Amino acid sequence: MTSTTPSTATAAGNGHGPAELAPSAPGGLVKSVVELDRVVIRLAGDSGDGMQLTGNRFTSETASFGNDLSTLPNFPAEIRAPTGTLPGVSSFQLHFADHDIMTPGDAPDVLVAMNPAALKANISDLPGGGLLIADSDEFTPRNLAKVGYTENPLEDGSLEGWQVVSVPLTSLTLDALADSGLGKKEAERSKNMFTLGLLSWMYHRPTEGTVRFLERQFRRKPEIAAANITAFRAGFNYGETTEAFAVSYEVKPAPMAPGRYRNISGNQALAFGLVAAGQRSGLPVFLGAYPITPASDILHELSKHKAFGVRTFQAEDEIAGIGAALGAAFGGALGVTTTSGPGISLKSETIGLAVMTELPLVVVDVQRGGPSTGLPTKTEQSDLLQAMFGRNGEAPLPVIAPRSPGDCFDAALEAARIALTYRTPVVLLSDGYLANGAEPWAIPDVDSLPDLRVDFATEPNGEDGTFLPYLRDPETLARAWAVPGTAGLQHRIGGLEKADKTGNISYDPANHDLMTRTRQAKIDGIAADIPATEVEDPDGDARVAVVGWGSTYGPIGAACRRIRRSGRSIAQIHLRHVNPMPADLGDVLRRYDRVVCPEMNMGQLALLLRAKYLVDVESHTQVRGLPFRAAELAAVLQGVIDSTTPTAAAVAAAPGGAR
Amino acid sequence: MTTTDHVHDLGMPAADPISAAIAAGGDKQTELKAKDLKTDQEVRWCPGCGDYVILNAVQSFLPSLGIAREDMVIVSGIGCSSRFPYYMNTYGMHSIHGRAPAIATGLAAARPDLSVWVVTGDGDALSIGGNHLIHTLRRNVNLTILLFNNRIYGLTKGQYSPTSEVGKVTKSTPMGSLDHPFNPVSLALGADATFVGRAMDSDRKGLTEVLRQAAEHEGTALVEIYQNCNIFNDGAFDLLKDPATAAQWTIPLVHGEPLVFGPDGASCVVRDEYGGLRVAETNQVDPAEVVVHDAHRTDPSYAFALSRLSSQDLRYTAMGVFRAVQKPTYDRMMAEQLDDARAQQPADLDALLAGSDTWVVEA
Repeated sequence: MTSTTPSTATAAGNGHGPAELAPSAPGGLVKSVVELDRVVIRLAGDSGDGMQLTGNRFTSETASFGNDLSTLPNFPAEIRAPTGTLPGVSSFQLHFADHDIMTPGDAPDVLVAMNPAALKANISDLPGGGLLIADSDEFTPRNLAKVGYTENPLEDGSLEGWQVVSVPLTSLTLDALADSGLGKKEAERSKNMFTLGLLSWMYHRPTEGTVRFLERQFRRKPEIAAANITAFRAGFNYGETTEAFAVSYEVKPAPMAPGRYRNISGNQALAFGLVAAGQRSGLPVFLGAYPITPASDILHELSKHKAFGVRTFQAEDEIAGIGAALGAAFGGALGVTTTSGPGISLKSETIGLAVMTELPLVVVDVQRGGPSTGLPTKTEQSDLLQAMFGRNGEAPLPVIAPRSPGDCFDAALEAARIALTYRTPVVLLSDGYLANGAEPWAIPDVDSLPDLRVDFATEPNGEDGTFLPYLRDPETLARAWAVPGTAGLQHRIGGLEKADKTGNISYDPANHDLMTRTRQAKIDGIAADIPATEVEDPDGDARVAVVGWGSTYGPIGAACRRIRRSGRSIAQIHLRHVNPMPADLGDVLRRYDRVVCPEMNMGQLALLLRAKYLVDVESHTQVRGLPFRAAELAAVLQGVIDSTTPTAAAVAAAPGGAR
Repeated sequence: MTTTDHVHDLGMPAADPISAAIAAGGDKQTELKAKDLKTDQEVRWCPGCGDYVILNAVQSFLPSLGIAREDMVIVSGIGCSSRFPYYMNTYGMHSIHGRAPAIATGLAAARPDLSVWVVTGDGDALSIGGNHLIHTLRRNVNLTILLFNNRIYGLTKGQYSPTSEVGKVTKSTPMGSLDHPFNPVSLALGADATFVGRAMDSDRKGLTEVLRQAAEHEGTALVEIYQNCNIFNDGAFDLLKDPATAAQWTIPLVHGEPLVFGPDGASCVVRDEYGGLRVAETNQVDPAEVVVHDAHRTDPSYAFALSRLSSQDLRYTAMGVFRAVQKPTYDRMMAEQLDDARAQQPADLDALLAGSDTWVVEA
């Protein structure tokens, strides 16, 4: 067994020059503490090994310790692929630091592999010198053969480029639970908690939260709670006493703005934003939804909050989900539907009806890899053009995109604000990375949230005492919203073209032209009601701008930091309002010599920007189902910058590398 | 249907914006006449269409419910019948093809105080919207569905529909249609609908009676209305309309009455040896064997058996209320869950956003 003991400076292998602190000596062993400024850990195991739970617990411990953090859960679409196989590998990557970070990390410093499949699927991502912790018990001939290993890589020297610590995690867990009264199979399931305990010791994580969590989680099965807590503590104690680990690591809390924080995932933040929108508008929230990955957690979360007047309706299909939400909106509710790309395809016709009937509706698309069923559990940004144009006829609507898990809260409120103010469906484009990723979130003061109160029509607005449902507010162009039950304002709406003001059926050519242009003008006019383009260019002399939208904010921001650390300047522009875009965006983009647009699609925003502003936006795209790596993005941007400077102009005569 | 006795039961504080708007809108007028339900819109069905008769019957009948017209909402899909809302001075939505039951479900669930109606056709409800129809029925949301069945696609000019008889020659089936039709009543009962009725457009009295019972039913009520399309499928129901044949082939359903029909009561319905029903000659059976109609049976199989007596050619078509049973309604149960949740833990947005694990960064 090549059990290498990690020690000294290269221990976590992240190249950030850890400083060795005073050694401590528990149990007679000499143990040292190394201070790191950041660590990226990847936990990988079988889908049944509880890696997501372990990762989430480690995240919570890390959040409550006060590090900044970012996570990347990565799991297969199959609930339980065959045990021990490559398709069944599930992983959870966590990046935590003593400073503000923006991504879950390009590559892990530490890889925990619970079986040979997890090793095989992930080892190529672990940079040389990185720390590998493997459960040696699972490296049996049978498990090795399942993934095509003829020799045990833990023993054959093939891993000598890494620091390998083989730990019999399974048998240590079984030993710890020998007196628990649990059967072998059941006891084995606690090995993830043993591992969590070991990691908690290694990184000085607080443990009370996990103990409380386990007690809460298994309150109806106290023996299971006790076994998990025992395994968790045993793992912690193992780290403290074993010779295999001579070093533990400290990552100090990150300086953050004063305030009260919690850890939050994108789907949870989005659901909270919808609840808050209901409270701030005073309207009952009505969610019509059909289960779909990776959006279902929003349905689950909202279903817990009935006390807030939130009605959740699990419909027979995607179409009924949005149909019910639109029906509820007709009745005065804040109608919401949540889905992913395939669901948007099915909802298109109803979104068109919402455009025509000019009712408020929040349509949440948690994007995933496409087309068709695509990559259900992986992230992508490829529904932008579908959100913009995926309907028959001229059917414009606003599109909003959150930039981080916590930002999903604010984006949901903004989507509701625009929907209610302008009486329009709004598409909120989240994605799988935001949905499942987590980060610390400054808990907002409820009173500081936007006031979303609406004015329902209560009396006739026509000259002769009639009600004109399509008479518009001159400022917003929003039509009057009268709810059923209001006497004297009975009216009929529908999908047929409406006559201006009266809303009666009209096939008049001039009216259709007017109404089409009016619907467009209403959406375009929202640009006057949103903030101007925000440009982040601390040096103030950037000649290259990078423009993005949605979840690429973190990787792009991290790449920009790298660029700036190298002495170069770059401007970062990130769009929350993708439609309409900020009114000054064209002017801002034209200020730069070059504009690069990284997207997890084939260049959809770039297409819009080029069409709208005639700016030569250079598209940089990737559709791997995973977020951009900051280092790769930085290299691309650096290439653009260096080929733009006058000295490099001659070199850059050759085609640029960024396209 | 829900009546005004639980108006604004939204489970919201009294000051919620919806109730406030309704209150500001003024008094409710519940004493209506048929003309109060007419709109200024020109009715644009073909002259002679059965839809006119149904519209008139509905407008004449609705005032008897004592519901203010602003508390009624009519939601329709696409097709000739789905123009219905434009001609009713209530709230209304002419939506998209097949989706009216879904839209009405959301409205009725969010607003249990309203009287929600769906007007649909055989193509709209049974073809493109079949899924929504069956799920709405099984959920038992409080709404009434009027399914105008003319056994043809009218608005698209005459293709066969999911209720057309096999072999129907239409523009899209010049050699005759191949697919077997749905029996809408059987379908609804298969979905465990709590109320299922059938009526004839031209039978004002029978139609009004079925509509009355449907409107009074709490839960989803489906009423199939045979409706003549005089342009593309004229005379489709003549067998049941022609005085010469109507009595022979129509089985009138009256709760508590024996199922005896036909000229001079010559025919009757009895149980068959497989637990189903069959038609018999009255003078050939013991009067005790004649089935007495019971629309309140919990088990839907009796009503289903009634619906199976008729065949594609409409002989032995039962007309009236097949089934009317009480079950909790979806909207009511949904509102109760909200109340229960509030009773367990009052809404506190600050507490929700904070959750259980927080930490504070000091200035």
